[in-house]
Amino acid sequence: MKSMQKGNYQLWILVLPALIYIAVFAYGPMYGIQLAFRDFDFSKGFTGGDWAGFKYFEQYFNSPMFWPTLRNTFVIAFFSILLGFPMPILLALVINSIKNNKYKRILQTTVYMPYFISTVVMVALLQILLSPSTGVLDLFLKTFHLVPADVNLLGNPSAFVPVYVLSGIWQVCGWNSIIFIAALSTVETQLYDAAKIDGANRWQIVWNVEIPAIMPTIIILLILNMGSMLSVGFEKTFLMQNSLNKPVSEVISTYVFNVGVKSNQYSFGSAVGLFNTVVNFMFLMLANSVAKKSSNISLM
Amino acid sequence: MADRLYRLVVIVISIFTFVVIAYPLYFIVIASFSNSTMVNQGDVIFFPKGINFYGYEKIFVDSRIWQGYLNTIIYTVFGTLLNLVVTIPAAYSLSRREFRARKVIMPLFVFTMYFSGGMIPTYLLFRDLHLLNTPWVMIINGAVSVYNLIITRTFFESSIPDDLHEAALLDGCSHFRYLASVVTPLSKAVISVIALYYAVGHWNDFFNPLLYLNSDHLQPLQIILRNILLSNQAFADGAGSGAGAGAGSYAQQYADQIKFAVIIVSTVPLLVVYPFIQKYFEKGVMIGAVKG
Repeated sequence: MKSMQKGNYQLWILVLPALIYIAVFAYGPMYGIQLAFRDFDFSKGFTGGDWAGFKYFEQYFNSPMFWPTLRNTFVIAFFSILLGFPMPILLALVINSIKNNKYKRILQTTVYMPYFISTVVMVALLQILLSPSTGVLDLFLKTFHLVPADVNLLGNPSAFVPVYVLSGIWQVCGWNSIIFIAALSTVETQLYDAAKIDGANRWQIVWNVEIPAIMPTIIILLILNMGSMLSVGFEKTFLMQNSLNKPVSEVISTYVFNVGVKSNQYSFGSAVGLFNTVVNFMFLMLANSVAKKSSNISLM
Repeated sequence: MADRLYRLVVIVISIFTFVVIAYPLYFIVIASFSNSTMVNQGDVIFFPKGINFYGYEKIFVDSRIWQGYLNTIIYTVFGTLLNLVVTIPAAYSLSRREFRARKVIMPLFVFTMYFSGGMIPTYLLFRDLHLLNTPWVMIINGAVSVYNLIITRTFFESSIPDDLHEAALLDGCSHFRYLASVVTPLSKAVISVIALYYAVGHWNDFFNPLLYLNSDHLQPLQIILRNILLSNQAFADGAGSGAGAGAGSYAQQYADQIKFAVIIVSTVPLLVVYPFIQKYFEKGVMIGAVKG
């Protein structure tokens, strides 16, 4: 019993650095959320300034940027999930059914690779490859009439979301497939054999053996994705933004950066940021409870 | 019949995916040492043409790139070390069943994955702690990723037999000693995976330096890259000092070639590390995420 207690103090020491980090750098800023309800005063810091109630929220809801930022964020997130979520699952099923180990490894190594490219480089690549005058990809798409010849894919507002979403899939689809490949590797060979004895063809095996086997993983990841629905990647949106596409590319996080940090409207920026976090959290809870009711799988 | 069709579909998707992902990567490589006029005219499709290393030469004499490289290496090495030193012991404690407090601590950690103070309160916190515009902000920020913590904890719980701990305890082994001499050597797989996750995060980080650093000499590679690649501040304005050449000597036609070379030089270090760790990926990812 004594050694147990001694052991516990050691366990406390081991967890302490992480605990302190989280307390200071994750919960610390949460304490700072009150900024959204105060008139920020530079000289008084975090908790100074007079209470302002919901003034800054009202200011945002009534501002001409409210609907555009909300809509842009939602549209980008919606299409990213709608198109981006099923792709890794499909890719995992394909990779899993390649029997030749050499080809399998080559394909896997290749599809993981774009994940290591930074957002800055990714956006630069898009600019080089899609440039209307010299871009190879632009040339290809126009030669095969996949996009109209007079469209500038980098400047046209209606091209922004497709370019954003498809390049995102290109970059992370392979990486995200790892988890499904791993889940598929746990399916027992007996299940495959039994299905074959029952006369199932390969499509039926996918549908009746493989997909049910990875369903829990699919649901968990879908819930997690729903939870970050509105936290559309700041970096890529910010880097892809230009004066031509700004009407469709200004999302909540870039807006917080532009008004909050760049023009020092700290209270207003905090309020917009808090609105974003709360909506995200609600989406997460909603997805979680729907999944729990329909399949008994949930995060919490 | 159905099976044959299935196989055909698999082959078609595999080849399509391979080409779509591999070709742009291959193209950057060959374009980086081809004649840029020919690249721009669409002559360089499968093989490099008019081979020259102009882009690389220009990069190697640019002091901004070297400074950025050095900064990124410092942030990545020390940042990742700190990540591991904080994450592994915490994951160990949280994996011990006799540690009752974990039932309270774990939800505290997990909550921060879904709810945060947001950009501005975080920025002001760093300001109040006088971390803005210091290298520390790049090293300390993100010291623990809860996701990686969960992966590691789950690995400890599921892959290290409890008998080992009982045996070690009977021999009078402390938790510190047990973690250092037994658990860590047995956990190379998961440690490499989270080290890679952390390192890629540090290497490619653009948001944090954008927000928290403003001195030129502290900027990491990604910020330098942005300045070279994306803002129309062409190579010509800033590179003069490092290159010892006048601004006008950079012909526009070389700009793209320099861009391709910069892309390669900034990405290669990660691609060199990755094959060594690749074999652990599936195992490591699986363990944490499915249960997480």
